[in-house]
Amino acid sequence: MASERGWNDRRMDVVISNLLRFGVLLSAFVVLFGAVLYLVGHDHSHTDYRVFRDEPLDLRSVGGILRRALALDGRGIIQLGLLLLIATPVARVAFSIFGFAEEHDRMYVVVASIVLLILAYSLIGSAWL
Amino acid sequence: MTILEFSLLVWVGSVAAGFLGALTGLGGGVVLVPMLTLLLGVDIRYAIGASLVSVIATSSGAAAAYVKEGLSNIRIGMFLEVATTLGALAGATVAARISSGTISIVFGLVLIGSAYLSRRPRPKNERDVPPDPLATRLRLNGSFPDADGIRNYNVQHVPLGWTLMFGAGTLSGLLGIGSGAMKVLAMDQAMKIPFKVSTTTSNFMIGVTAAASAGVYLARGYIDPGLAMPVMLGVLTGSLLGTRVLVKADTKWLRRVFSLVIVVLGIEMLYRGLSGRI
Repeated sequence: MASERGWNDRRMDVVISNLLRFGVLLSAFVVLFGAVLYLVGHDHSHTDYRVFRDEPLDLRSVGGILRRALALDGRGIIQLGLLLLIATPVARVAFSIFGFAEEHDRMYVVVASIVLLILAYSLIGSAWL
Repeated sequence: MTILEFSLLVWVGSVAAGFLGALTGLGGGVVLVPMLTLLLGVDIRYAIGASLVSVIATSSGAAAAYVKEGLSNIRIGMFLEVATTLGALAGATVAARISSGTISIVFGLVLIGSAYLSRRPRPKNERDVPPDPLATRLRLNGSFPDADGIRNYNVQHVPLGWTLMFGAGTLSGLLGIGSGAMKVLAMDQAMKIPFKVSTTTSNFMIGVTAAASAGVYLARGYIDPGLAMPVMLGVLTGSLLGTRVLVKADTKWLRRVFSLVIVVLGIEMLYRGLSGRI
């Protein structure tokens, strides 16, 4: 029993490791692509972060970001890359539920589901529309 | 300054922050926010938004390596993530309701505190502790590969560790940092988890903790793509370079210098917050 669990845990470790690496790389490439469009479009304009203004509403929600990104707007694509980055640990937790279920570890299926619910509440509750 | 010049400047600074953060094990987030606010005059809300995003990138990148080596304990991580994500939600909600000055004061105190923690000697001999009934029921006890084979360990003081983790999550959500120092404190000191397992599991948890407050930050407009872009790409580059060099470098003097820098930044953040100049 113990050795079997250990083997399954190891396999889960490897999948999680690849998932994290893939998520970070993908988001970095999307951000980089958005950065090129953004910098080419604005190379001589000026910016000021000294005063806090609310971001435009469509850069503050998942739907708005998708619309801006599909329109190939540089800032929208960067924001999409950042969303992918935020989604990476969330995907890791979601996969863990599956992994613990495979190991018949009901207690940790529940624990991981609670974490996923909290994350979903934060993302959907505050930034969906 | 044009956008191109500003982005390049922020990128270079973020590479340095990520590099030093990885080399010293203190993380890039702690110097990033002071650098952006004190040197470049960025509003602290934009700074913590950009820092939080970079924290997710570096912790996920590093965790990918540690998890594969079997050093992190995914059950301890998952169980304590309930505490850190709840704390992060609370912290991010509080951050939206208090003034920039107050955030700056808390930040200053946390900087000084984490410099102090990093100067503490690390335990040389791993202790052997008896199994704790609650930890055993929660299946938190584990094993990890050591120099002389597989080592088993037991976990202690689960409620205390959980409470400290809630605090670490709150600081993370409030300040846009990983609060790795406090996570390690909770696991290593309170729960008696071996230092190696504590640091790698802490790293593993930081990304999930930060993701919990990222939703709130995004909805509040703290995450500006123009600022977060050079910060995220820079910190990621710097920390990847840092982990490459880490194996060869003697980091003792570097840690000393870096913790001194952190104390100075902490005092400055504290002073700005108290004098209302932020």
